[in-house]
Amino acid sequence: MAIEYLGLSKVNGPFVVLEGVRGAAFDEIVEITVEGKEKKLGRIVEIYDDRAVVQVFEPTENISLQNTHTRLTGHPMEIGLSTDILGRTLNGIGQPIDGLGEIPAETRRDVNGKPLNPVTREYPRNYIRTGISAIDGLTTLIRGQKLPIFSGNGLPHDQLAAQIVRQASLGEGSDEKFAIVFAAMGVKYDVAEYFRHTFEESGVSDHVVMFLNLANDPVVERLITPKVALTVAEYLAFEKSMHILVILTDMTSFAEAMREVSSSKGEIPSRKGYPGYLYSEFATIYERAGIVEGVNGSVTQIPILTMPNDDITHPIPDLTGYITEGQIVLDRTMHGQSIYPPINVLPSLSRLMKDGIGEGYTRKDHQDVANQLFSSYAKVGEARALASVIGEDELSPLDKKYLAFGNAFEGEFVGQGANENRTINDTLEIGWSLLRLLPREELDRINTKILDEYYEAPSL
Amino acid sequence: MEKKGNIYGINGPVIYLKGNTGFKMSEMVYVGKEKLVGEVISLTTDMTTIQVFEETSGLKPGEEVIGTGATLSVTLAPGIITNIFDGIERPLGVLAQNSGAYIDRGISVSALDTEKLWDAHMTVQKGDYVSGGTIIAEVRETTAIVHKVMVPPDVEGTVIQVKEDGKYTIDDGIVTVKSQNGEERELTMTQHWPIRVPRPTAKRYPASKPLVTGQRILDTLFPVAKGGTAAIPGGFGTGKTMTQHQVAKWSDADIIVYIGCGERGNEMTQVLEDFSKLVDPKSGNPLMDRTVLIANTSNMPVAAREASIYTGITLAEYYRDMGYHVAIMADSTSRWAEALRELSGRLEEMPAEEGFPAYLASKLSAFYERAGMMENLNGTEGSVTIIGAVSPQGGDFSEPVTQNTKRFVRCFWGLDKSLAYARHFPAIHWLTSYSEYLPDLSAWYANEVGSDFIDYRNQLVAILNQESSLMEIVKLIGSDVLPDDQKLTLEIARVIRLGFLQQNAFHKEDTCVPLEKQMKMMETILYLNMKARSLISMGMPMSILKEDSIFDKIISIKYDVENHALYKFDDYKKAIDQFYDNVIAKNA
Repeated sequence: MAIEYLGLSKVNGPFVVLEGVRGAAFDEIVEITVEGKEKKLGRIVEIYDDRAVVQVFEPTENISLQNTHTRLTGHPMEIGLSTDILGRTLNGIGQPIDGLGEIPAETRRDVNGKPLNPVTREYPRNYIRTGISAIDGLTTLIRGQKLPIFSGNGLPHDQLAAQIVRQASLGEGSDEKFAIVFAAMGVKYDVAEYFRHTFEESGVSDHVVMFLNLANDPVVERLITPKVALTVAEYLAFEKSMHILVILTDMTSFAEAMREVSSSKGEIPSRKGYPGYLYSEFATIYERAGIVEGVNGSVTQIPILTMPNDDITHPIPDLTGYITEGQIVLDRTMHGQSIYPPINVLPSLSRLMKDGIGEGYTRKDHQDVANQLFSSYAKVGEARALASVIGEDELSPLDKKYLAFGNAFEGEFVGQGANENRTINDTLEIGWSLLRLLPREELDRINTKILDEYYEAPSL
Repeated sequence: MEKKGNIYGINGPVIYLKGNTGFKMSEMVYVGKEKLVGEVISLTTDMTTIQVFEETSGLKPGEEVIGTGATLSVTLAPGIITNIFDGIERPLGVLAQNSGAYIDRGISVSALDTEKLWDAHMTVQKGDYVSGGTIIAEVRETTAIVHKVMVPPDVEGTVIQVKEDGKYTIDDGIVTVKSQNGEERELTMTQHWPIRVPRPTAKRYPASKPLVTGQRILDTLFPVAKGGTAAIPGGFGTGKTMTQHQVAKWSDADIIVYIGCGERGNEMTQVLEDFSKLVDPKSGNPLMDRTVLIANTSNMPVAAREASIYTGITLAEYYRDMGYHVAIMADSTSRWAEALRELSGRLEEMPAEEGFPAYLASKLSAFYERAGMMENLNGTEGSVTIIGAVSPQGGDFSEPVTQNTKRFVRCFWGLDKSLAYARHFPAIHWLTSYSEYLPDLSAWYANEVGSDFIDYRNQLVAILNQESSLMEIVKLIGSDVLPDDQKLTLEIARVIRLGFLQQNAFHKEDTCVPLEKQMKMMETILYLNMKARSLISMGMPMSILKEDSIFDKIISIKYDVENHALYKFDDYKKAIDQFYDNVIAKNA
């Protein structure tokens, strides 16, 4: 039997206050019925004795202090789960919006999740081939990793994510089960449509769960979207032994939503007006990637975020970078030169790469080639800076070689077609062909034995 | 009688109780039906505020809060080493057995195994007078560590009964002490100590010995003393964690306390895996046998993250009291400061700089001051060295945590983004870093390694400084126009950067380098510098010198000379002499 409470004592932005409640729990979900028909969900975010502050997931329009019935559901935010969820489209709080009816639930889970015990984690080592040289070669993606794309408005992060989905999911004839969980937070309709189209085109639609909270959908709903999506991902990965790739876009909208809600709650702001718990909140999302010992499934995350004003030190990319295991940074200048994907490899990094490449995984020279490419490309920057001061003609012969190397690196190694799917061998061979542009003694990061084997003899 | 209260309000990890509950400040309490662990953080006559170390969702107003009468404490007894705990000393291995892959709430487990029998050897006899710190028994805790069971600091008296040597659990009474006022007290292997209170010592010694880490840039350029404090600040991806791992693996501390405070779960898993496999080069034991891990990852409750730093240092002090040299890796103190900020925000305290509470500086200093080389109550000598990672927002060292940390540490290893981008590791920048311990440690280096060590080190630093000012010019006009002696400085600086400062953590020989080899490497580089410089002064141009591969040969010394084959350095000296003669013969 559920008690319904009539009326509210306060409505302020997305928050309503309910008085005289009994037995309400912190973080509990409430169902608010407006004028007897429209149902809205809300969550108790603060509670003082019999006074509960409720954050409503939908717009609070039409709500008055008298026209509501509120019912406590007795549990935190939950989602019903079964494998039938594959191929479905849901809104930001996990309700189906594709007109195919309710999803039969085999079990229900709290969307907040629980922290994974570090003792039961398995250290990720299995690399995922994406067919993109800049990623495979230099910032290798590992199963169970969280590797965000730091982008800016107008840069092709969506195309890059779509290419990863197309090429990674269809790995080399593997019979392991995979699926994609796609969560859109505050993105434009076109972007959501672009992804839907991509999934259809590559024939993976029936392995995709889409959560759509578009730019014009309620802001508060956005705060739940990644949690619902990751709950589904964890269920499929750890209970149904599937390999899940989670794409979260755009984390910036998520953080903006937090700031908006926090300020209307009257909380003390910390950096740039974001609440003090932004880091903890990000962590509860990103840390849900991983592999559990003894389970044949994994959750790999590719969050996408647009850096406000392309500023990598902005709190959103900054805090993200401190939690995620590396980052792929897109660069506006390279985009301007029509290099696709415009990945700026210097600030890009994959922390898990070192343990997932080399002999037995990719190729024994992988780490050395990657280190050398990074190191040599860093020198290209110095040569370019010098050239802009004294002119290219005045450069020493060595610096000129670096300039040539830099251009070839950006054009041939980083640059590739949107449908080009390179093998790891292709990638490393291109790497070597570029390194041969430089004199051998400049290659100080490569083991002498490996140099002997690969530098002289073009193995084409 | 135990004190009780009822929940009035809940706001995230902070809960409020109405009325005067009679709880004490910092008292540990159990909250609600699930008995979540909490701590009292403020008291007024009509409101008690408590921070809860576990997720609070599902708590209801009216649920009971029970006081324990004790402040938040850790259990100290054999079984700590090799274990992995969360921020309030709950063993994660046991939690995993009880609740599976995810950490559930309100699980009450004892911190240490109370059923395991330890082989104890008693070191006191009936009639002995014992006081706080006296060692009463010894237990082999791991292959590497003998655990010394001590009298708790507040107990003093005459031993009236001692059990035989044999197998006991940590809760079995082993020694009975009668104090002067006739009170008898049975001592077990266990003691409890509040985490926010430093354990007492007899005396503090000045820094005199370095913590040898096997990392060249640390040992040679910016050494930290045993009992010292060091900070490693750096933006993400610059290698803070990697540096901490290297120090934890290879430093000559007896015990490592590794605190993963608000960091990544996979990193802790990696430490667990790596340290179990790796072998301590000195003793041949697994590294895990001298390590204890505190893992409060970023997605675990924020209040426990705040406590994790204190839990770690209390464990470290306990082992210091036994006479061990303990090193603490705190990764990262910024996450701890952010936990303070988050809780302070929830309490609606007045924020100071960047939203951090005004007491940030005093909390930081209180933490770092718990480091030190001490004479313990039992007369042994032990030390706690703190190495704290700092994750400055946006990699900007002017933010409050870095700035306040700098005031309280004497060793600063500044990580640099551009070095990391060029994959120069460790990316510790030689111009921004410093160590105030150098004068204190000079005598040790002169006695133990070589009388020229500090002199060589200073020469290296001088060359690097010259390089940096020359690079200002090179950036504007290119290196071709420099005179040859300056070109040589650049070349030698390159040799130092690539051959000495850069160190490969994944290379078998290079990952940890003994001080003798570090000294020889410096000697060889400086010998090359001297010889080459005399060639230049004879009018030989740099281009001729560069025709020889000697520079690159010196750079790869780090890989080519094994750590045990230091006699090979003589060949390098000969090679340099030969290079000198060759150049003269060809160009005379």
